[in-house]
Amino acid sequence: MERMQQVVSRARAAFNTGRCRSLEFRIQQLKALERMVHEKEREILAAIKADLGKSGHNAYSHEIMGVLGELALVMDKLPSWAAPQPVKKNLLTMRDEAYVNFEPLGVVLIIGAWNYPFVLVMNPLIGAIAAGNAVVVKPSEVSENTAQLLADLLPQYLDQELYPVVTAGIPETTALLAQRFDHILYTGSTTVGKIVMAAAAKYLTPVTLELGGKSPCYIDKDCDLAVACRRIAWGKYMNCGQTCIAPDYILCDPSIQSRVVENIKATLLEFYGEDVKSSPDYERIVNKRHFKRILGLLEGQKIAHGGESDEATCFIAPTILTDVSPDSKVMEEEIFGPVLPILTVKNVDEAIEFINRGEKPLALYVFSNDKKLIKRVISETSSGGVTGNDVIMHYFLSTLPFGGVGNSGMGAYHGKYSFETFSHRRACLIKDLKMEGTNKIRYPPNSQKKVDWAKFFLLKRFNKGQLGLAVLTLLGLVAAVMMKVSF
Amino acid sequence: NPYAGLVRQLRAAWRSGRTRPLEYRVGQLEALGRFLDEKKPGILEATAADMGKPSFEAYFTEILLCKNELHEALNNLSSWTKDEHVGKNLVTQLDSAFIRKEPYGVVLIIGPWNYPLNLLLVPLIGAIAAGNCVVIKPSETAKTTERLLAEQLSCYLDNDCYAVVTAGVQETTRLLENQFDYIFFTGSSSVGRTVMAAAARHLTPVTLELGGKNPCYVADCCDVRNVARRVAWGRFFNAGQTCVAPDYLLCSLEMQEKLMPALREAIVEFFGPDPKESPDFGRIGGDRQFRRVRALLSSGRVAIGGQTDERERYVAPTVLADVLPSDPAMQEEIFGPILPIVVVAGVEEAIEFINARPRPLVVYAFSSDSKVVAQVLERTSSGGFCANDTLMQVTLTSLPFGGIGSSGLGKYHGKFTFDTFSHRRGCLHRSMGLEPLNALRYPPYSLQKLGLLTATVGVKRRAICTLL
Repeated sequence: MERMQQVVSRARAAFNTGRCRSLEFRIQQLKALERMVHEKEREILAAIKADLGKSGHNAYSHEIMGVLGELALVMDKLPSWAAPQPVKKNLLTMRDEAYVNFEPLGVVLIIGAWNYPFVLVMNPLIGAIAAGNAVVVKPSEVSENTAQLLADLLPQYLDQELYPVVTAGIPETTALLAQRFDHILYTGSTTVGKIVMAAAAKYLTPVTLELGGKSPCYIDKDCDLAVACRRIAWGKYMNCGQTCIAPDYILCDPSIQSRVVENIKATLLEFYGEDVKSSPDYERIVNKRHFKRILGLLEGQKIAHGGESDEATCFIAPTILTDVSPDSKVMEEEIFGPVLPILTVKNVDEAIEFINRGEKPLALYVFSNDKKLIKRVISETSSGGVTGNDVIMHYFLSTLPFGGVGNSGMGAYHGKYSFETFSHRRACLIKDLKMEGTNKIRYPPNSQKKVDWAKFFLLKRFNKGQLGLAVLTLLGLVAAVMMKVSF
Repeated sequence: NPYAGLVRQLRAAWRSGRTRPLEYRVGQLEALGRFLDEKKPGILEATAADMGKPSFEAYFTEILLCKNELHEALNNLSSWTKDEHVGKNLVTQLDSAFIRKEPYGVVLIIGPWNYPLNLLLVPLIGAIAAGNCVVIKPSETAKTTERLLAEQLSCYLDNDCYAVVTAGVQETTRLLENQFDYIFFTGSSSVGRTVMAAAARHLTPVTLELGGKNPCYVADCCDVRNVARRVAWGRFFNAGQTCVAPDYLLCSLEMQEKLMPALREAIVEFFGPDPKESPDFGRIGGDRQFRRVRALLSSGRVAIGGQTDERERYVAPTVLADVLPSDPAMQEEIFGPILPIVVVAGVEEAIEFINARPRPLVVYAFSSDSKVVAQVLERTSSGGFCANDTLMQVTLTSLPFGGIGSSGLGKYHGKFTFDTFSHRRGCLHRSMGLEPLNALRYPPYSLQKLGLLTATVGVKRRAICTLL
């Protein structure tokens, strides 16, 4: 408990010195992070491989590339994002300065997850630094190699007091959450998300919770099945299914179920070859606990493909289940593994109804040649995000806010949204002490005449844009003069 | 769970999709406008009965400002609700990428008693505009207004989708046991914590508009008369019961001496020689609140005012001089017509004083020297900031209104209210064609694929240019 208190108070003292406020400082720290990613690429890839059995290529394209892209974007845009934003004024504030100032929140806490242990810490960290905060980084203890690497590397490249890394298991994380932060960004499970928010409530700390759920994938009869199944297989089995936005289960018409299975099987052969276990591109389950949990979901199911496993290496083969019942265990929790259940539905109405019966998922996928059908599924359901005719890809577009809704989370980040998440938008109105005459309409003693003037100045009965700024200024001046005369 | 039935009903209405079409939302907002117009006399009477609110203040804050927000919403609803198309990267060039604004579902709005209509209706306008169903919980302390809302609002809005619930503290606790898709709360920080803890159980996002002590720094270099008027107006409006009122003054001993006669003059200008007789000065909102405010008078020395009348819940416009940080008036948000003056040596000490305390809803600074204003702005943190005036920043709907730290979380007013009650859903609609391009991302992996992939998906620093 004391250690956590010390770490946080040191970060707060460092924040209070004001040194992380200047844009130059923030960009210097971000540049250092960029150097770190380039110089230590091998070590980073090795840590991810040790944690998840992930090949270098995979780790690079899933994690490092995203981080480099985010760094480049943020360093490029930071000056424009951080600049005060003037806002539209009304007649009464015409002569004043009105703008939104973007300010850091203070000391923020980032809790990472184990499935993409590098990028899920780095991307939020980049946004938090860019917004001028001090950051306490708590990587997931489950992906221990990456956690240790971050604890070793970040102090070598970043300001050590402002951006401490805390490696901690559950009891110490609870102690950490008892400290006061100015924002907490947590990536992980719904259950722990509730604990994080409850802890935050004690200090009225705003939170961003990136949680999970069962992301449905509806395949319409009218679509190119070969293409659809290839894309789905890619998104489902990457990282051995341990992706928060992986297509969790498929909904489709019974008449295409066997073709879906055939197409996915063919794709799996293309991707991983005959012996999946020996493919360098197929990952492993992160630990024995999750390995056992996922195998347990296969009980009593019709395995159309896969099902093989090896506890020693935490290997579970890419698996497809058919004719799955909505009441089965595999449909009760987020699978987070290489098991793809297929549930049959008679039509898109049934699919929509089924999706809406469950909690709001992080992602939703729909495959169809019919644009109207895709639009319909989107508008009659709710989810954090959507990709139509593909999976995962909305994550890679940093102009889209990435986050959940309902049980899948609250808040969003990526790109500019990260900067906004970790910033306080301070409303500023700068007036001068002159033109006191105009203020008289609001001072007591009051009268109907004053009420009428107030209505004129404040009631938006017309579209100001059409009137033009010049006419408005003239009106304002005339009104000011007239009021000076009448009062 | 006494409210389970009500929430179930609203959720069924929500599922029916009735609140989604724009025409429906426009219709409900227009009905709200008619409520404000047709029930104007009732509204003025109710707020006068509850806290002696002067009719000008009631008209200005409870009706005019609400209508402003209504017009803002009605004028802009179609552009606010439109899908927002976003920039794409190389690999998504041929796709459709946009952000949908979607309602959360069934939301809860809890209002306070000091501006019982405005602080309930302005969030309500945003919630309706965003397409949600709403449970509306007015404050039980402003009894007449609560009754007006409970009886009259239902005559204007669709009762299946918008329900007014009258509830005291115990019942509100039961209400909070239900699952809502968003909770908007205006009130004290301590109740704010309770609301957020209840929301955490269901992972319900919240906006909390709380309070604090808003400091008001007055530099030596300024027009004393104008400062006195603007500060007095902001402090004594609604008998001081405004979350963004200047709570206490920080200035030099010299300025305190100069301000006193100017403040006295302003008070007489506004309320006459006996403010108790003025129709333009309000009363405290409740008996408990009156006793709390009265107890704060034993701070520093009473330089102006200080008279009270328990029967009328009247506290005179009061200025306390030479107040110490340890005095009662400096321990809690005053929320009454008392202006303590704490003497500081200069702007440095003022900034230190402000920063040693929890972050407030607003920081005010008065000076004719713009550098002094900039210093206070840059070196403090607060929900909002206003230089050389008080309260006016909240009348500009283009500015986001909200707190930070213990003064609150989230923002609203104008479009920000609509955004508060909307889920921004990121959507990428890809084409089924061009599958060969996707081959770059599929296993089996190779260095060559990686190179090409980096080129198409990566974001480059602007100074660098790569030729493929």
